[in-house]
Amino acid sequence: MRKSWRHRFHLPAVIGTIPMILVALGVFVIGIGFSVLWSFTSSKLFPTYDFVGLAQYRRLWADNRWLVSVNNIWFFGLMSITCNMVFGYLLAVFMDQRIRQEDLFRSIFLYPFAMSLIVTGLVWQWALDPNLGLQEALRNWGWSSFSFAPLVSAETALYALVVAGIWQGSGVTMAILLAGLRGIDEDIWKAARVDGIPTWRTHVSIVAPMMKGAFATAFVLQCVGVVRVYDLVIAMTGGGPGIATSMPAVYVIQLITVRQNVGQGMAGATMMLLPVLIVLAFSGILLWRRTRRQEAGV
Amino acid sequence: MTAGQITAIQPLQEAPHQAGVAPFGPKPRRISAGRIGIYAFLVVAALFFLIPVYIMIVTSLKGMPEIRLGHLFNLPGEPTFQPWADAWLHACTGRDCNGLSPGFYNSVKITLPSVIISIICASINGYALTFWPYKGANLLFGLLVFGAFVPYQVVIYPLIIGLSSVGLFASLPGIIIVHTIFGMPILTLLFRNFYAAIPVELFKAARVDGAGFWRIFFYIMLPMSVPITVVAVILQVTGIWNDFLFGIVFAGRSNWPMTVQLNNIVNTTTGVREYNVNMAATILTAAVPLLIYFISGRWFVRGIAAGAVKG
Repeated sequence: MRKSWRHRFHLPAVIGTIPMILVALGVFVIGIGFSVLWSFTSSKLFPTYDFVGLAQYRRLWADNRWLVSVNNIWFFGLMSITCNMVFGYLLAVFMDQRIRQEDLFRSIFLYPFAMSLIVTGLVWQWALDPNLGLQEALRNWGWSSFSFAPLVSAETALYALVVAGIWQGSGVTMAILLAGLRGIDEDIWKAARVDGIPTWRTHVSIVAPMMKGAFATAFVLQCVGVVRVYDLVIAMTGGGPGIATSMPAVYVIQLITVRQNVGQGMAGATMMLLPVLIVLAFSGILLWRRTRRQEAGV
Repeated sequence: MTAGQITAIQPLQEAPHQAGVAPFGPKPRRISAGRIGIYAFLVVAALFFLIPVYIMIVTSLKGMPEIRLGHLFNLPGEPTFQPWADAWLHACTGRDCNGLSPGFYNSVKITLPSVIISIICASINGYALTFWPYKGANLLFGLLVFGAFVPYQVVIYPLIIGLSSVGLFASLPGIIIVHTIFGMPILTLLFRNFYAAIPVELFKAARVDGAGFWRIFFYIMLPMSVPITVVAVILQVTGIWNDFLFGIVFAGRSNWPMTVQLNNIVNTTTGVREYNVNMAATILTAAVPLLIYFISGRWFVRGIAAGAVKG
């Protein structure tokens, strides 16, 4: 009896976690392995093992649609993460002023997150529709020269996506950062006040740096969301006008399903994986160095 | 980026809620002009969040002639629920004019089994990882967490090939498997963190009494897991209900969930655009997760903070 609960390889535990073993190895190792492998082949509709080296990657980076997608994701990512963080932090700070009806405000800021990105995309598609939305409404109120139709023009459609993304996601940033703010010791505020530091200065120089953890969490959530942005684009612009709001996620799915060019699609998918791998490896090294330093300290 | 960092989310969310409780909050008392500024900002922000949905509700209750007048913000002159009935029963996607209701039933058929199966798997994973770590178990867990950050596009095609080789591609069991797979990383993490907070003496005492892996799980751990299961259910129901990508790729035409049907109805290019019907359809699609959100309240916030990693 005694022997068995020190047993390192307990059979029921292995049997119970068979789904986990299958998913971790079968999907996230072997599956991704095949994706990368197929990116070096000339696969069309079905996978083949006719290796063509880096030809798919060369074709990928010569494709204007892909280049536009990559530009878009950087622009969209930077814009939406920055705006989301700033707006989320402002909301959190204002929510933290011992206001009345806090629960009501919290519900209002968060409810869009409960809705599908498809719903979000459609809602904003209508709000910005030139014949139906804000432009038409304000013209009917007498401002006849008012012009605001960002989804129609290739230059501005991406901004509209950013706005919709903020509408859906900044409530979550607010909730995370508000929890971070609430976790800060009251004495810090008192000390800053005694020293005569203005409130905004206390926020920027003292409180914000203390909330590194909350910011990191919110930031990671944002990044994961940005890399995967698909539903929003499909519902709101369909990648248009033209290819103006195409994204890598949309591009890859189109190559796999509509354009039946699996090899190049997998090359695109591998390119999407690359930054994620780099960031994960980087943070892994940081973590490893920190634990090693701690061990050395002890 | 690692397990440790995600763990940090939960305690943050537990931070005490101070509204109306503490007579002296953390900050110095503001002058009243400042208070007005605070409320002004919050109200403007609230309008930004509310107006699009206000427009949707109002428009869905108008007839098409009234919509063409263009008074977007006006309340409906003659409120009608006809668009809602049309959206549910008659709205068209291509040639099929059965409305959204088939999509609703499909979403139910997809969501219920996916939620149950994924939570069963994840709770066993979390339990085994915490109390019965076998050699390599933590490596598997690391891979699983890595899976939470991977772009779906890298995994979708191998899954299509894998599922079609066993004849499950474009079928109800296929989409259920896919949701179970992609729910597993975050749910396992949730359950593992939850079980890790349970005193190990409890487990040891049960072992001394001769209980085995499954007995301890069913008689001790499972009855204690109610709170984390509630969070997991909220997370999964909203996540799976709102899913679009997996539904359109893996479910097959006859099982398309509500989100896919909605997008097809609205973004269909043929015929006259019936904005009122489209908006009613959109509200109907959002209704289930919104209902869960308003009923669950604070639990929902906990769930998304822990689970938004899933995207």
